[in-house]
Amino acid sequence: MPRSREPILWALFSAGGMLSALVFPALAFVLWVAMPLGLVEPLAWQDMIGLVRHPLTRLFLFALVTLSLFHWAHRFRYTLYDGLQLYHLNQLIAVVTYGAAVVLSSVAGYVLLVVL
Amino acid sequence: MAQRLNTDYTRYHPKWYRRRMPIFWWLGKGAYLKFIVRELTSLSVAYAALLLLLQAWFATHGEDRYLQFTEWLQSAPIISLHVVVLLALLFHTVTWLGLAPKALVIKLGGRRLPDRLVLAGHYVAWGGTTVVLLWILLGVA
Repeated sequence: MPRSREPILWALFSAGGMLSALVFPALAFVLWVAMPLGLVEPLAWQDMIGLVRHPLTRLFLFALVTLSLFHWAHRFRYTLYDGLQLYHLNQLIAVVTYGAAVVLSSVAGYVLLVVL
Repeated sequence: MAQRLNTDYTRYHPKWYRRRMPIFWWLGKGAYLKFIVRELTSLSVAYAALLLLLQAWFATHGEDRYLQFTEWLQSAPIISLHVVVLLALLFHTVTWLGLAPKALVIKLGGRRLPDRLVLAGHYVAWGGTTVVLLWILLGVA
């Protein structure tokens, strides 16, 4: 990976880190713990679809999903690089991690901005 | 002949001495382990992003598919998994916000804003975001 791309990747990593840090604990707690356990009323389908179809929600979700994926890609790349010392696989790891982020972001864009 | 015996020796370009690090070097010390766990929270961030996308995706496929997904969320192993994910996400948030004062230097009137204030500001932002999200999610239902 040429050095010149590093600041862009770092900016995406950083933005994703901040956005996910601020919103995911609340979302994960309500949607995936409290509602399934019945601690609070689960979202009915009509409410969910109404919420998800709102243009602001879709934009927000697109930004959240995309930036989170790039956050993962950057951090996971260096976890493999430093943690497991796979220095000789640097190129391959970068292609796989950022590649996965690009592909999954495209899927997210298709689902959230086109299908919904 | 001597060169043959010492395989590390090459004339003019001696091999550099490098200490070999064991692959699991980060298991030895608490701080190293914490570092690796923090780095691995990125997996829970990616997982949460994809799960959220999946939930929205299933909602568009009609009420039946949405309820199937909701049922899957209610199974015991999945709830257990998601409790672990939630803990990892909280660890991510706490460590990320903890770095903010180091990453963000705010100067006010020529003096650097104290770390504690920068940190407190970020926690206020986290609290505010959480309240808004709870209000939306619980208000809609």
